[in-house]
Amino acid sequence: MLEILDYAFMQRALLAAVLVGITAPAVGIYLVQRRQAIMGDGIGHVALTGVALGFLTGANPVWTAVVVSALGAILMELIRWYGKTRGDLALAMLFYGGMAGGVLLINLSPTGSNANLTTYLFGSITTVSPEDVVAISLLAAFVVLITLGLRRQLFAVCQDEEFARVTGLPVRTLNLLLAVTAAVTVTVAMRVVGLLLVSALMVVPVAAAQQATRGFAMTLALAIAIGVVVTLSGTVFSFYENVPPGASIVVLAIGVFAVITALAAPLAKRRAQRVAAAEERCTLRDDVLV
Amino acid sequence: METEKTRGAGQARDPGETEEPDIAPAPAAAPSAGPAAGPAPAADPAADPISLRGAIATLGGRPVLRGVDLTVRRGEVVALLGANGSGKSTAVRSIVGQVPLTGGELTLFGIPRRRFRDWARIGYVPQRTTAASGVPATVREVVSAGRLARRRFGPPRRADRAAVQRALELVGMADRVRDPVSALSGGQHQRVLIARALAGEPELLIMDEPMAGVDLASQEILAGTLREQVAAGATVLLVLHELGPLEPLIDRAVVLRDGCVVHDGPPPKAVGQHALPGHDHVHPHAAPDAEPIRTGLLT
Repeated sequence: MLEILDYAFMQRALLAAVLVGITAPAVGIYLVQRRQAIMGDGIGHVALTGVALGFLTGANPVWTAVVVSALGAILMELIRWYGKTRGDLALAMLFYGGMAGGVLLINLSPTGSNANLTTYLFGSITTVSPEDVVAISLLAAFVVLITLGLRRQLFAVCQDEEFARVTGLPVRTLNLLLAVTAAVTVTVAMRVVGLLLVSALMVVPVAAAQQATRGFAMTLALAIAIGVVVTLSGTVFSFYENVPPGASIVVLAIGVFAVITALAAPLAKRRAQRVAAAEERCTLRDDVLV
Repeated sequence: METEKTRGAGQARDPGETEEPDIAPAPAAAPSAGPAAGPAPAADPAADPISLRGAIATLGGRPVLRGVDLTVRRGEVVALLGANGSGKSTAVRSIVGQVPLTGGELTLFGIPRRRFRDWARIGYVPQRTTAASGVPATVREVVSAGRLARRRFGPPRRADRAAVQRALELVGMADRVRDPVSALSGGQHQRVLIARALAGEPELLIMDEPMAGVDLASQEILAGTLREQVAAGATVLLVLHELGPLEPLIDRAVVLRDGCVVHDGPPPKAVGQHALPGHDHVHPHAAPDAEPIRTGLLT
């Protein structure tokens, strides 16, 4: 089992996987709370144009993807503010434009091809270069700093934006910061999970964790734990079975979601019964021992 | 309910930031030229907590406030009453900066709204929405968010935790701190939202329909909480559908109808069935144009 650590590319892939497992659910929980689970998908599409720009200009695609996807995320946030009824169409344009632009540019570039594109779309364990590891580590540190350091502020903004404004929090700035952080997370994740499936890793661990938790902090902690477990085991599975890691990671995450849901449903039912029983003043109990 | 209550993101404005194009032509260069109610923008201890004059607001092209005057003096408990669609929620939401005013003047504690930064002095209890948030949150987590008014950034200190605990005790929810808010009844949820506002230890409480959908037991607890706040010197502005158990606390009632103030004075006496103790105002309201002022108060 441990022999896979002998391969330098696997060390890099596993490190990147852990960072993805931490950062994607840490950002995703705020998006889920704000009912914007789809935003990660949108940023993923836009990031593709950034990757292609990297190929075209010879720059590291991770950095060009950060810039382009951050711009896309800010644009999406602005559409959310000012967009009235047709905001959904504007977002759809951004999604399609990002995807089409990426495919167009990568085929115009001398080194790019659709084969390269596939590794960015679904992830690849063999392509995480040493420079990528540096970039991914720096970006992940930024994401952790924001999502954990500003946890109470971001929670307040995502839980009740109207109330957060009246506390005097800089709501617009925090919203923009969250959008940029989500964009950075997408680029952290794109090497291992791929741009098309990155959104799943933002959403599915959170959805799984909240089946079993009662509070925000617990949900955040459990979602990160689930994220790390599925990214690591999915990456290892991909090593042995030679499948894109994005696919195995997401299938695993959905499996965890199904298991937790199946286990948590009876627990939640029992808890609800206990609360209902406690609220009635006089009830005969069948668990009294004499 | 109707359009007035929808929280359109497009209409929302952030009071924490400066670039909004709303209200108060107040020239920045001449601080002494402020409105009569607040002579100087520097903190004036005697200034009225809320002074709204000639407020005009539109939602979706429809005029909702048509020149509303509303002053809340220090230590006063003012009820804002009116039928559905009369503009009472919009008036309150314009005061806290959620709805931009297209005309008129608003000062908070004597400072023009646009330059007001001291949000910790205001505790806001928005109308309870039934839509649950996607991610679970405990009672303590929600109430702690209210403390951000006092300490926006940086880790919470002992005083912050104590204030949150005190607020929870005030509304009788201290034994439910670890429960998810989604497991609470309507009345308990409302108590949590009030505790969230109280956690910031505000001087002015602004509450939008705090009694809507609240069971009788919670109504009594809320009335008791409010009584303590008033006794301690708090100023309160309440949007109410009817006076109910809060009636003895209320100094003054302002009744809105179609975006205009039609009564400003002592709370109107309840009559008939509405005067009975424990009367629960549940009958559905007809179209607002049927009998505009029949709020259960002035019939």
